[in-house]
Amino acid sequence: MTASGAVRRRTGTRFSGLAWRRARWGYLFIAPWLIGFVLFTAFPMVATFVFTLTNINLAQETPLRFVGLENYQDMLNDKQAWAALGVTAKYALLALPVAVILPLLVALMLHSRHLRGAGAFRVLFFLPYVVPFIAGVLIWGSMLSSSTGWINAFLQGIGIAHPPAWLEDPAWIYQGLVIMGVWGIGAGVIVYLAGLKGIPSELYDAARIDGAGAWASTRHITIPMMSPVIFYTLVLGVVEVLQYFLVPLVLKNGTGEPGGSTLFFNLYIYQNFFTFQNMAYGATLAWVLFAISLVLTLLLFGLSRRWVYYAGEAR
Amino acid sequence: MAGSTQTVELPNARRRRIWSRAGTTGRPPRERGDRRRSFILTLIAVLVLAAFLSPLLKSFTVAIKTSEQVTQPGSPLWPADPVTFAWQGEELPILLVPIDGTTRQLALLEPGRQQSTFIDPAAPDAPPITWQGAWRTLDHVWVFAPHWENFGKVWTLIDFPRLLFNTVAIAIIGTIGTLLSCTLVAYGFARFRFPGRGVLFTLLIATIFLPGAVTIIPTYTIFVKLGWVGTWLPLLVPAFFANAFDVFLMRQYFMTIPTEMDEAAAIDGAGPFRTLWSVLLPQAWPVVIAVAIFHLVYSWNDFFGPLIYLSTKPELQTLAIGLQRFNGIHYRDPGLIQAGTLMTLIIPVVAFLLTQRFFTRGLVVTGVEK
Repeated sequence: MTASGAVRRRTGTRFSGLAWRRARWGYLFIAPWLIGFVLFTAFPMVATFVFTLTNINLAQETPLRFVGLENYQDMLNDKQAWAALGVTAKYALLALPVAVILPLLVALMLHSRHLRGAGAFRVLFFLPYVVPFIAGVLIWGSMLSSSTGWINAFLQGIGIAHPPAWLEDPAWIYQGLVIMGVWGIGAGVIVYLAGLKGIPSELYDAARIDGAGAWASTRHITIPMMSPVIFYTLVLGVVEVLQYFLVPLVLKNGTGEPGGSTLFFNLYIYQNFFTFQNMAYGATLAWVLFAISLVLTLLLFGLSRRWVYYAGEAR
Repeated sequence: MAGSTQTVELPNARRRRIWSRAGTTGRPPRERGDRRRSFILTLIAVLVLAAFLSPLLKSFTVAIKTSEQVTQPGSPLWPADPVTFAWQGEELPILLVPIDGTTRQLALLEPGRQQSTFIDPAAPDAPPITWQGAWRTLDHVWVFAPHWENFGKVWTLIDFPRLLFNTVAIAIIGTIGTLLSCTLVAYGFARFRFPGRGVLFTLLIATIFLPGAVTIIPTYTIFVKLGWVGTWLPLLVPAFFANAFDVFLMRQYFMTIPTEMDEAAAIDGAGPFRTLWSVLLPQAWPVVIAVAIFHLVYSWNDFFGPLIYLSTKPELQTLAIGLQRFNGIHYRDPGLIQAGTLMTLIIPVVAFLLTQRFFTRGLVVTGVEK
């Protein structure tokens, strides 16, 4: 009668009167989300798409009209849009591996049976995750400052005479932004740790009996067993990195300095909408971003069959 | 488990086990005789952690320094004041002066580019000592002196009490909305069968992966037309319509609670609301706390929402936006900025430390970042 514990019957099952009454309660309970979904997700998505086919803007000095695919054509010819896409891609290629691998390394360290006080370490590695975004940016801005920052003080201490001017130099800005991002690994570490704890210890025992060393059991047990979590972190990472723009917005006041290197694609959307108040073009860019992240997500899901291993699932 | 009906079961959400007792499986028993490895690994972990948290310490040291010290090259990392020597009604800075192969601490009487005169604080009546060289190349003598006044200055300059009140009010109202709506929706998905449930649940989870840019333009425009921009409503109202993370988290928890008690309550004549209130919720308080903490921290740290909806109304803004505005005005005074930063982060950090067990377990269950 209730959902939990019952194997779901295929649709087509006739609902009896009682079942229908239960179903009505079900709809009633999910109504808050359903209404919110229509109001704040489905309708705005459709509206955004409709905007892309018009010349709508907040001031609307010219009469509103349907323009077909003009906005998309404009985008194809917009050098700034392509440059912004390039900025996002460049940053993504640098930030994604760090976002996926660094939390895994920390989790492996915290999971080791040799580590003392693992619980305290876990809490403290997670802690910066709850630091407010703006506080994190201001703290790391100070840390990465080329004159008074500790990172460059450390680099000079180990003999690097001219350490990079992280946030002022287009050649180093992405590395600087990635360093700023390491405070966000907390959630990934916790999720990876839970994955590691879920690996049955019999697998390791069996491997040891077969003479596998630490590397072999990591390679052939830990990594495959962890692949669903790695995959999950990767997909979320892709979606997140494509939307990245708040840090440069705050750090450089949305100017894209130095030299346009921080004019991320999402920042360009933000500018077009909030600064230039061009809703139609902003919406077009937003839909392109959505399409890119949808394609990438589907691609990742498609490829996942080749490397993601779901234990206990017949495939 | 059998109850996970369909669709996007997020990987590795091993619910029951995680919630019941985290952290015992998968860890081989510790063997004797590898103390050295333990020591080395723990030492490495301490060093990595120290580097990881060092920005907090840096922020703290800047916050308790004077702005003169922060901008002075060669000043110590710790908060300090230059040592001075009172001489005939003047405060003379004491510098480290290399003379005759030794370094002496002397008070600067007359600075000059080529040569300066000093007096020896130990023998102030002796004739002044002349030293050849540029005095600016000499280092100051510093004495440890933390300056706590930055915190007090920020308190009034930024109108901290007002920002704190706004932040807390928005966080609490939003949390109430989230708890109400997510409990109901999670209950609906966990305990009722209805046509389309699988599709709707997939849709719910899919919203996690949706880039915000694709909905923000019409949403913002509607809020403008409703006259809600410049009020708290755009930040509060959506919280009452549930969100995917918290619904998922609560639904997973509800599904670990056996249905027998629901059924018993139903036989006793309890309706669905009563069952939720007196059977499920009393058993689900860890997840209720987790969701409450999630939303409090989320709301406290939210930047984009208050930025776009409250930018014209300083008296309604939250700490996050107040701090950004403050940084725009006082960026030349790093001590003030870092003091304000620490005052903004201290409450979520303490809240997390007090509730970290619920917090991290909740995160594990969703396997999702908020």
